[in-house]
Amino acid sequence: MTMTDNLERRDRSRQAFLSRSTLFTSAALIGAMLVVLILNALPASSALHVSGATVSLLGKYFTYMLLALAVDLIWGYLGILSLGHGAFFALGGYAMGLYLNAQTSPLAGWQSLMSHFPVAALAVLLAPGLLALVFGWLTFRSRVTGVYFSIITQALTFALMLAFNRNEMGMGGSTGLTRFYELLGFSLASEGMTVALFLASGIAVLLAFWLCRAITVSRLGRVSMATRDAEARVRFIGYRVDHVKLALFVVSAMIAGVAGALYVPQVGIINPSTFAPLFSIEVVVWVALGGRATLYGALLGALAVNYLKTVLTGAMPDAWLFILGGLFVLVTMLLPQGIAGVISKWRGEGHRRGEGKGRGSGEVPARQEVSA
Amino acid sequence: MSLIDSTRVDRLRELARPDRVFDFMAPAQSPVDVRHGPILYLEDVSVSFDGFRAINQLDLTIDDGELRCIIGPNGAGKTTMMDIITGKTRPDHGQVWFGSRHNLLTLDEPQIANLGVGRKFQKPTVFEALDVTENLELAMAGDRRVWKTLLARLDREGQARIDEVLETIGLTAARYRLAGVLSHGQKQWLEIGMLLMQRPRLLLVDEPVAGMTEPEMHRTADLLTRLAGQQSVVVVEHDMGFVRAIARRVTVLHQGSVLAEGTMDEVASDPRVIEVYLGGGDEEAA
Repeated sequence: MTMTDNLERRDRSRQAFLSRSTLFTSAALIGAMLVVLILNALPASSALHVSGATVSLLGKYFTYMLLALAVDLIWGYLGILSLGHGAFFALGGYAMGLYLNAQTSPLAGWQSLMSHFPVAALAVLLAPGLLALVFGWLTFRSRVTGVYFSIITQALTFALMLAFNRNEMGMGGSTGLTRFYELLGFSLASEGMTVALFLASGIAVLLAFWLCRAITVSRLGRVSMATRDAEARVRFIGYRVDHVKLALFVVSAMIAGVAGALYVPQVGIINPSTFAPLFSIEVVVWVALGGRATLYGALLGALAVNYLKTVLTGAMPDAWLFILGGLFVLVTMLLPQGIAGVISKWRGEGHRRGEGKGRGSGEVPARQEVSA
Repeated sequence: MSLIDSTRVDRLRELARPDRVFDFMAPAQSPVDVRHGPILYLEDVSVSFDGFRAINQLDLTIDDGELRCIIGPNGAGKTTMMDIITGKTRPDHGQVWFGSRHNLLTLDEPQIANLGVGRKFQKPTVFEALDVTENLELAMAGDRRVWKTLLARLDREGQARIDEVLETIGLTAARYRLAGVLSHGQKQWLEIGMLLMQRPRLLLVDEPVAGMTEPEMHRTADLLTRLAGQQSVVVVEHDMGFVRAIARRVTVLHQGSVLAEGTMDEVASDPRVIEVYLGGGDEEAA
């Protein structure tokens, strides 16, 4: 009896929202925000002072982490490799860009609506969400999967890039939207605003992480992992695979949209290059390096790669893409589970969630001792 | 003698009950109508792939609660037949009815599955990244809509059902193992267990003992025989010893249509069947 009780408890904790990795990741995010806040508040003469520029850079990293989280939700847990998630990011960014533009010069036509913050905030969610809904409905219903789906997402983001490049779109053409001065009545140039945007981005990452965690530990999360590994079986059990995919795809697109909206005021510009297929592929590389299907791996990957990019594009700008490519190849060959895989190996526990279709059977028996 | 007989009025009322008049108002629990006998009815079904007739004017009737074995040489159309019943493949023409109310040709896989048709694949297909209990939990009958699935919690009743099925398939000790580390035979049983969780009316089982050891085979035979009666079971199998052990009625498929039907002894002594299985027809090997 006690034996089964023990097993019962172990099972419950594994399915629970509050696992060790959730607590640790949340603590790390909150800790990082607090530390940056304190260091920024130090007098500028102090050696530990963090400048506004650095805070802004860190805020940008947060938005990238948010985007990586969105990709991991569908790639890691559902097996849908979107090579066009930059499109949803950019749409959120453009919605925010229109709002920021409208603060200084009135916009014409339907765009004038975007001068109201609630409308703009809604657009940040709805523009990517609706695109994902329509696109996903068409593709998942006709059972487009695997590499074919990935190619179509590339085409989607490329088509949007061409469209947004046209001046007739009213989105600033190839220059994009820039000249942002005010957000909610506060100057964007102020240090206070920089910190506020940094905090908003950090909180958004935290909330999105909790949302994704809640989804992935639910029965829906298990259905999505099952879909990733044996889609036909899930269908014969009676789940509507297309609906599951559509729901998570839309949620993921909305998270990406929020990321874009937070990115734009911190960077000061949004232009069609965000729709570039290459950017979306880079996002996938972040997640692959960090480790799929762990959520915190995506956060780590986005942070690590972008920090490296900041350092290396300053030091040797020409080499960056080679280094990124080399890193991707090396990690795929040597650490198929990414940084998160290394971490869970250190902690001495099998990472059952992180194992997708292609894992080697060699490492599985180790897990047997843990769960038996 | 009164003209208005009260019992007659009651009977009239009974007949005029909205859920009697309108099909869609009938209770949703057991939607399959087997009052007229068969649970599965295939008539004149044909399907071709690139000119090859995989199924050729196939007629098949499975009674409610029956255990039926379907045998046939490779390429006889056994798996294609299952694909048609479960909605994976659409036939070129013919009719497929589940009970006397549901035309399976108008439904897709999840709808057919939710009506109560469970399918076990030839190759054991379980969710390897989930543990045994979670595999069973996903298969458990219930509301499959996205929002409900997101909020679903395993209740006491569901847990009891899982325990019961774990007992039936003999995997109680392995309940928290990852499905990916199970032995081949255990995976086969887990998949049968997942079918049981669905509470299907009709089980389609494709080669359940392929790759099993002798004792595992006996247990599987035992399991399937116990299921029949509560559920209708259709087993496709190559292993003649296994078929002999469980079958009451055997259907022999050949080149996409029924060659013979009857008890194992009747079928085994049928000259046409002997011809197909033992005779010189080299073309059948394809």
